[in-house]
Amino acid sequence: MGAAAVLTLELASLTTLVLLMLGVPLAWGLAYAKGWWAEVVGAVVSLPLVLPPTVLGFYLLILLGPNGPFAPLLSHFGLTTLAFSFPGLVIGSCVYSLPFMVQPVRGAFAALGQGAWEAALTLRATPLDAFFSVTLPLARGGIATGALLAFAHTLGEFGVVTMIGGDIPGKTDVLSIVIFDDVENLDWNQAGRISAVLALFSFLVILATLRLGHRTERT
Amino acid sequence: MSRIIASFQGSFGGFRLDAGFDIPAGGRTGLFGPSGCGKSTVLRCMAGLVRLQGGNLRVGGEVWQEDGYFLPPYKRAVGYVFQDARLFTHLSVRDNLRFGLRRAGGGRIAEADVVEFLGLAPLLGRYPAALSGGERQRVAIGRTLLAQPRLLLMDEPLAALDRESAEQILPRLREVSARFGVPVLYVSHQMDEIERIAQHLLLMRAGRVMAAGALTDLLTDLSLPFAARDGAATVLELTVSAYDETYGLTLAGAPPLCLTVPGWLGAVGAVIRLRVRASDVSLLRRPASSSVLNLLPTRILAADIQTGPHVLVVLGVGEARLLARITRKSWDQMGLALGQEIFAQVKAEALAGA
Repeated sequence: MGAAAVLTLELASLTTLVLLMLGVPLAWGLAYAKGWWAEVVGAVVSLPLVLPPTVLGFYLLILLGPNGPFAPLLSHFGLTTLAFSFPGLVIGSCVYSLPFMVQPVRGAFAALGQGAWEAALTLRATPLDAFFSVTLPLARGGIATGALLAFAHTLGEFGVVTMIGGDIPGKTDVLSIVIFDDVENLDWNQAGRISAVLALFSFLVILATLRLGHRTERT
Repeated sequence: MSRIIASFQGSFGGFRLDAGFDIPAGGRTGLFGPSGCGKSTVLRCMAGLVRLQGGNLRVGGEVWQEDGYFLPPYKRAVGYVFQDARLFTHLSVRDNLRFGLRRAGGGRIAEADVVEFLGLAPLLGRYPAALSGGERQRVAIGRTLLAQPRLLLMDEPLAALDRESAEQILPRLREVSARFGVPVLYVSHQMDEIERIAQHLLLMRAGRVMAAGALTDLLTDLSLPFAARDGAATVLELTVSAYDETYGLTLAGAPPLCLTVPGWLGAVGAVIRLRVRASDVSLLRRPASSSVLNLLPTRILAADIQTGPHVLVVLGVGEARLLARITRKSWDQMGLALGQEIFAQVKAEALAGA
């Protein structure tokens, strides 16, 4: 169980980090883009919210598998497949948790509007400078919320990791799968302990995001 | 004197902008027009925040935009004061002030001067959330000045403020151009603000510049809407020549335009702004009594005689212009005509904060 906990935390941390790097610029683009394609991208990003995780996992399994479109690219790195591996889990988790990062950050950017950004441009800041020194700090509440939600959501995912990870001990068996296995093995005590920890942690995350929301409103 | 030469053409959402003008690259120019006439768009084009299909802009000999060339906003030495101050709420007042200063790499406008000019010293350690509307706008003006602009654009900076805060900032807006050597283009749809701030004036309507020139020339131009409005007035800029302590009167101007105004308006040598309403000017064939204050020798330069009860008369006093609104009956009975010399009795009022 200890190994599973470490693995789960590693997966959630790495996923959150990747999503910060990819999701924040994506959210920025979606917040200010005009045109039908922005709606299409927005819909694709939100898809994991409603799609059954097993469906998502199934498609990822095909995409990342030995016969998937990325197989030639993988062979460059001496790999045949990302399915049933930790990198595969990270990719799956990123897709699965993407909307939890993008939605609050997009909302924060949209609420911010272009005002401060324009002011920065007239104060000699290049667009990149304005993004990092004005837009990003002003949206920090939304970004923190997004990071917390993505982290918590990744901790608790089950369907996608089962499909793409395959429950390999020490490699892809995250906590939610351990709970499932415990129940199957009638180890109700351990399942209860892990469930309680996850439930408490989720509660704390929600509490933290609510407090963040209040702080953002005040400034 | 170097000039600011601009022309912008473009359409968006059924609105067509076709504005061109040529104003001095010094002093204070008011950009006046009704809401939605394109004033702010012109300002945004000048700052480089909007790029229209057709645009040309030269500021003091430097090209900021022309066919196929567009200097991005962050490379323009432009300052923009927004109606909603747009301070960076994550930075202290001090860091807001230094934002543009750092990026401009310093310059002739010094932080200490700006802080003193706008009275920002007590605010430096505070954050924007703890400032009043007037304080925010003062910080915004300071922040903009410290970015070392060669052109200062102000988009209705007083519109969101209460009367009292606006009154406190207004004198600063008038002084800022001369104090820091920056031309100011000031957008407003409030004529009383324009009268108090501007030296030159651009009149916009439906995306076009209808008239441009010195403020007093446009105010007394009978073909423009200013002269015909209710409360039509001229604005005079005069130098204080003396103060009459016995009666508490300020004497300003030089012959032939000398005016006496109640109250102490400034030390000898100070330049003050006076407003003379057209309805406060009456015409006399000859001085009724030598004791009458503010009797000026004038010449009738133009008149708008229509079928209504009133006649608008433009009077020349030396280089200055006055507007008089008299009844058509008086005009006929006095036998007035263009080119005639006539005395004008004038009641002048000081423009608050002038």
